[in-house]
Amino acid sequence: MQDLLRRYGTGLTATFCLLVAFWILVLVILPNFAMFEQSFRPYLPVVDIGGPKDFYSLGNYSKILDNPFDTAIFGIPVTMPIHIKMFLDTVFYAALVTFFCLVMAYPLAYYLAKIADPKSIPTLLLLLFVPMWVSEALRAFAWYIILTFNGPLNMLLQGLGFIDQGIRWQQGGIFTAYDAIVIVLTYCYVLFMLFPIYTAITSLDSNQIEAAEDLGSPWWRTHWRVVIPHSKPGIASGCVMVFMLSAGSLLVPTVVGSTRANWFPQTIYNFFNDALDWNTGAAYSMIFLLVCIFFVILMMRLFKVKLSDIAK
Amino acid sequence: MSAGIDLENVCCDFGSFRAVDNANVSIKPGEFFSFLGPSGCGKTTILRMVSGFIEPTEGAIKIGGKDMRGTRPNQRPTALIFQNLALFPLMPIWENISFGLEVRGVDKATRRKKAEELLKLVDLPGAADKMVSQLSGGQKQRVAIARALAVEPQVMLLDEPLSALDLKLRQHMRAELRAIQKRTGVTFIYITHDQGEALAMSDRVGVMSQGRIQQIAAPRDIYDNPVNGFVASFVGENNIFEGDVGTVSDGMAALTGPHGTFRARVLPDAQGKALKLYVRPEHTVLSRTKAAENSVEMEVTEVAFEGAFISVHGHASAGKRIQVEVKNDGVTQVPSVGEKVFASFDAARALLLPDANVRG
Repeated sequence: MQDLLRRYGTGLTATFCLLVAFWILVLVILPNFAMFEQSFRPYLPVVDIGGPKDFYSLGNYSKILDNPFDTAIFGIPVTMPIHIKMFLDTVFYAALVTFFCLVMAYPLAYYLAKIADPKSIPTLLLLLFVPMWVSEALRAFAWYIILTFNGPLNMLLQGLGFIDQGIRWQQGGIFTAYDAIVIVLTYCYVLFMLFPIYTAITSLDSNQIEAAEDLGSPWWRTHWRVVIPHSKPGIASGCVMVFMLSAGSLLVPTVVGSTRANWFPQTIYNFFNDALDWNTGAAYSMIFLLVCIFFVILMMRLFKVKLSDIAK
Repeated sequence: MSAGIDLENVCCDFGSFRAVDNANVSIKPGEFFSFLGPSGCGKTTILRMVSGFIEPTEGAIKIGGKDMRGTRPNQRPTALIFQNLALFPLMPIWENISFGLEVRGVDKATRRKKAEELLKLVDLPGAADKMVSQLSGGQKQRVAIARALAVEPQVMLLDEPLSALDLKLRQHMRAELRAIQKRTGVTFIYITHDQGEALAMSDRVGVMSQGRIQQIAAPRDIYDNPVNGFVASFVGENNIFEGDVGTVSDGMAALTGPHGTFRARVLPDAQGKALKLYVRPEHTVLSRTKAAENSVEMEVTEVAFEGAFISVHGHASAGKRIQVEVKNDGVTQVPSVGEKVFASFDAARALLLPDANVRG
């Protein structure tokens, strides 16, 4: 603070501090707090707001436990509330997206950081970046076209003789109704996985890889014992980013999802936008945020990653 | 167990640049062999070819008589100590040391025991559970040696491992390395640009310049009988005289130049080449009167006291610089600056040498 004052004088320092305070208080804390407060109040006609029916309760939160229906998890039949099921599906498939991104990004990041000719790196990075210049909405619609029943992907697979019948990627897919969402989310967010890992591996001394190899280590052990431990902070921050982005994605599931594949943010959106029930929407948002944070912390514990590693 | 290494007509190109040119050397099992040369001379490339990180463009590398072409570094019986050591910072010391055993599927208890033994061998007991960052430079050095020894290599390759240490520690580690080599009997190939290091530790030294091995000989021979001007200049100081060389008889020849006529030895295979005369400062003596032969007058310009000896610098005619080392024995008279004296040398101590062996 003293340093800031000495360097920029009272006027500028005060401006900086006020701007930061405005950003944190008005743009971050206040809206979240407003939502938090709203989430405990019932959804009422305007005349009743502030009246005797307007009191704090957990009613909005308990709504997630309504509407039980018969379903199955990994083939085991269970009865559970429909929103809980949707919620679990979202977390599960977001984790799956994260896993696919990791599996795709790690080898590519290693290739870029350690194998590719340094002269070709700018070109390769540019090629990777170009799709990011197109808005996510357009990319989602492009995938909608690719994945449609009479679309290029089915035509290609049929042409190559891999399949006889077209696959309904967006309704049934091969594995689950979420195939299309998982494919497109993986495509959209794989770069968020690539760059942290790329940065982490770049900082690894190549001599360590050679030293491991020289000591007789096969390639997979070198990765397991030397490269992955070193790049763990990058892997962790990539995973957190991809998981939070894909779990919170609204656009992609809206475009390529179907009635059989609902994403939890769509439910929240419906409460806010269609039902105009901001209170329940706020409650659902809070649940979603807290559980996702909890999930991330759990995963970090499991893989022994510290928060300070990610911030690096 | 140790193995010999044979380099047979080994060449290595990087694009159009030839880093190693036709290297031929046969290193005996259990030998301490050094490659000595300035940076960029190709010595590290040779080491990387032996360890398997680079394949030679031409020629063969044999370890224990077996051609290593196509054998990956992790399949070769070599262990490399990197210039920056390349210890694994995220593993404790004992895991670093036993990594090579872990790779070979040795169980944890045995690995731990072996690591402790090796730590004792390199005089670092009790460090097993420390992390790399907790050790000093010299200790890290020892860990790197222990890690390489753990895999019981037949050949140990060392890439200027002492260059990051301070002088005292470097001298200590020299002796230590030599002792470890003697104790284990493993073949050592040592890469350095420090002539003192190479001469003090090695059984034999290969001096390199511009991708070519200039000379392979015992340290003493390298210093006393260099085969060319590059070797003579790289290992030690010289006074160099140019001129025309007369006929050779009995391995001696006369060189006539602007500073007079000098007699010196000529090596048999140096005949017929352009030669210069090289004589070491410590083989040059000063006198007030002109000696019978190989004597040149000079004016003393600088007298530098070095402790064990006194370095006298002077100018002969035409600005020719001459350096003489006078022993600080309390008997030999040391001239003062401005004095005119004669520098002379024994013909048997002076050599007529060609320039470096380079391509072209």
